[in-house]
Amino acid sequence: MNKEATVLFDAPGPRARARNRMMTIVSSVVLLAILAAFIWRFDDKGQFAGQYWSPFLKWTVWKEMILPGLGSTLKAAAVASVLAMLFGIVFGLGRLSDHWWVRIPAGAVVEFFRAIPLLILIFLAFFVPNKISPTIAESQFGTLQRVLVENFFSLFGVQINAGTVVVPAFAAVVFGLVLYNGSVLAEVVRAGVLSIPKGQAEAAYSIGLRKNGVMRLVLLPQAVRVMMPAIVSQLVVLLKDTALGFIIAYSELLNAGFNLVPANYHNNKIQAGIVIAVIYIAINMSVSRFATWLEGRSRRSRKTSGKTLGTGTGAPPAPGMIVGGATGATGGAVV
Amino acid sequence: MFDFGPFFDNFHEILEGFWATIRLAAASAVLSLIIGTLLASFRVSPVPVLRSFGTGYVNIVRNTPLTLLLLLCAQGLNDTLHLTFSESSSTTYYWWAVLGLSGYTGAFVCETLRSGINTVPLGQAEAARSIGLTFSQSLRMIILPQAFRSVIAPMGSILIAMIKNTTVAAAASYAEVALISKTLLDKPSFASGAIPLFIGVAIGFMILTLPTGFFFGWLAKRMAVAR
Repeated sequence: MNKEATVLFDAPGPRARARNRMMTIVSSVVLLAILAAFIWRFDDKGQFAGQYWSPFLKWTVWKEMILPGLGSTLKAAAVASVLAMLFGIVFGLGRLSDHWWVRIPAGAVVEFFRAIPLLILIFLAFFVPNKISPTIAESQFGTLQRVLVENFFSLFGVQINAGTVVVPAFAAVVFGLVLYNGSVLAEVVRAGVLSIPKGQAEAAYSIGLRKNGVMRLVLLPQAVRVMMPAIVSQLVVLLKDTALGFIIAYSELLNAGFNLVPANYHNNKIQAGIVIAVIYIAINMSVSRFATWLEGRSRRSRKTSGKTLGTGTGAPPAPGMIVGGATGATGGAVV
Repeated sequence: MFDFGPFFDNFHEILEGFWATIRLAAASAVLSLIIGTLLASFRVSPVPVLRSFGTGYVNIVRNTPLTLLLLLCAQGLNDTLHLTFSESSSTTYYWWAVLGLSGYTGAFVCETLRSGINTVPLGQAEAARSIGLTFSQSLRMIILPQAFRSVIAPMGSILIAMIKNTTVAAAASYAEVALISKTLLDKPSFASGAIPLFIGVAIGFMILTLPTGFFFGWLAKRMAVAR
């Protein structure tokens, strides 16, 4: 019996036991009925036929469609995770700066990218450079654009042809993921540093360290342990969000499974969807397990004086929602 | 580059997209709160079948990408199994988008509500039992009202995330603002209006999300349980 359940009911007496048994029977019947109706419908449309399922038993389907898709998903997630971490550290520490001319722009950037849907950011990167680059190429910034694309953005496969910039879907997905998740991670970094008791910074200043030393030697090492679980669970969100690449036809796992396989094997979309979902769930659940393990480890640890940001912390409150006092529940959402 | 002409030529269409987004978000907000509350009460109930159903549902749905869920609803359940809501395909796609989005958000609502139930002191439930309330009575009258009041702020974050997630319904053939922007951006004649369109859509979403945030922040302060 889990922890919160014991809060709500006693060890049941004879009448409660009878009532619970009734509820067990009724709910089982209802759930089974829903399942049966679904299976019946599934069978009615002939979706159990072997031709729909057998492709997933063939090695070529895995080797040529699903595994390369999984590879692209993991590649986008890995590149975006690293860059989002960098973005998060820079902007999270930027928001903590003592200089208003660093703090305010950093805050504005973070709040702006958190307020816009990720898909819109991906569209921005995918469609907009292509349309505006010819105009830029003719203006005085043309050379700057060419140098930037050739020397930096080409790392992500961005190309420039006679002044027109072409952004591949991979780069667009990574761009969106970095800006959105980086902004969320910036808030996590800020919350992590703020969670270290004030005495730590005061003690560090009193032994003569400067701002840089206080942050680098005292606050950050402790904050990293505090925020590790929240960071890892944000990475699960990032991995799930790579699936948005489907909409701009990035050849990731969802596209490979949901478009490619059905196109070749009798349009078996439901079956493909189920197989793909199992892969996503397996990966995400193992990463979540890891985050929970980290959380327990960090809670027990004596190497930090801060209070661990739980795996459920996720995105800190949206703008305007910071509530003073300790009345609210700490658990949030990682949506 | 900053040619607002094409943007205002299609202003009506973009506004219609936002209206579709708002309709989707409003219906999903209500339905996801209902689904989330039901799931949370399943997960704390004394009935093992319901408890494991709740746990299984939350674990599966939370770890599946929303894009995949919405695609399965629109193309799997609707197009393949022909489970439709109405004769008109746009109405059916709308309701599948609502169901998919609220089924997904409901899992997060459930987890948040459960963390709220944990903030209710043990004595409250014990007192409820000692005056003879059954499980469902104490949940309905004692525990959930207090739990809800303590999770208003995180609930607001979930609703904001849900409003932003409505854009994913573009994958499920529902013509909300992201799908309309995509169609506009695909038109060669629209090329010069790309940046104004992006600015307009960004501002539109800020108009939707920022007041929601402020409202829930205010509500959380006002409804906080004094302990």
